[in-house]
Amino acid sequence: MADRITLQVTRYRPEQGSAPEVVDYEVPLRPEWTVLDGLNYIKDQHDGTLSYRWSCRMGICGSCGMTVDGDPKLSCGTFLTDYAPGPVRVEPLRNFPVIRDLVIELGDFLRKLVRVQPWLTRAHNRPIDAGEYLQTPSELDDYKQFSMCINCMLCYSACPVYALEPTFIGPAAIALAQRYNLDSRDEGSAARLDVLNDHDGVWACTFVGECTTACPKHVDPAGAIQRYKLSAALESMKGYVMPRGGR
Amino acid sequence: MSAEPAAARTAADAAAGRQPLYQPKVSRLWWLRRRSYTLFVLRELSSLFVGWFAVFLLLLIRAVGQGEADYQRFLDWAANPLVVLLNLVALGFVTLHAVTWFNLAPKAMVVKVRGQRVPPQMIAMSQFGGWVFVSLVLAVVLVGLL
Repeated sequence: MADRITLQVTRYRPEQGSAPEVVDYEVPLRPEWTVLDGLNYIKDQHDGTLSYRWSCRMGICGSCGMTVDGDPKLSCGTFLTDYAPGPVRVEPLRNFPVIRDLVIELGDFLRKLVRVQPWLTRAHNRPIDAGEYLQTPSELDDYKQFSMCINCMLCYSACPVYALEPTFIGPAAIALAQRYNLDSRDEGSAARLDVLNDHDGVWACTFVGECTTACPKHVDPAGAIQRYKLSAALESMKGYVMPRGGR
Repeated sequence: MSAEPAAARTAADAAAGRQPLYQPKVSRLWWLRRRSYTLFVLRELSSLFVGWFAVFLLLLIRAVGQGEADYQRFLDWAANPLVVLLNLVALGFVTLHAVTWFNLAPKAMVVKVRGQRVPPQMIAMSQFGGWVFVSLVLAVVLVGLL
């Protein structure tokens, strides 16, 4: 095995030029090194101005999403040896505006996330001395998978619908809405319905399924969306059949 | 992602001391980039052929309703190699449509029996099973009529 590998890093330096350019860097190829380790090496040894986000190095903070050889990946969980002999292309996440180098502008996602009210909502809170809201293991299983989302936005980067229709609320926001809708303690699903049961909500999704392929935490956003389509359709039917729209 | 020039720095950016963002453009051939994207576009396209089969069926019913001469004319037209070719292509697309639709079912339906989730494969198999059953019934009816 060669002991070095080339990273072809997309660099966007707005103060220097108008378009991103690809710069080659050679880094050591070590069995335990990820793409993020390679980028850290570049920043330490080649060019301290290289910009990218990272924090935990263990696939839980969701900051280091990048496009590695065309696929959306967490760079801390993507090993250089899997791409040997290289070169490895490292680009910013697709479908987002780029601030600098590999740093994307994520305001759009954060604004959408808030719209689905991703928190437990109760019509009436029980008094504290009434104790905890208890849940059976089966009730926990109903939503646990969706609670694994780390907001890394790889699913937005993989989604061609989001690329073509940026108003789409997107895979992770819907999966997180389902994380609360399916929680036995939550009573907020009616409030989330208007955002989700909308042209820019679940109905924008045409089930490409790439969000689920890209998800590093096995959340299956595509499954969450298709499930919600069924619930939303049933809710809409209730609106026609029941008095006061069944609400 | 093509190398488009970055958007001009807006007045608001300049006032806030921000550099302009680079806005990547979506290539018109984005759907050729991945196999799954191509398959998805083909599935979207399949709706045209589903529509064509519906039109074909309506034309057949109208021909039957208008008597034997019209029905024979319809059969002759349907035997035209171009129409046969179109129908073969349509059959391929409609099959793609049906298979991807049935595979979607376990994603949309989470069925629990006595607190246990029914395995997704079982839901998909029940869809395919229903398809085979209906096809067999139709085959039996058609063979019986001949």
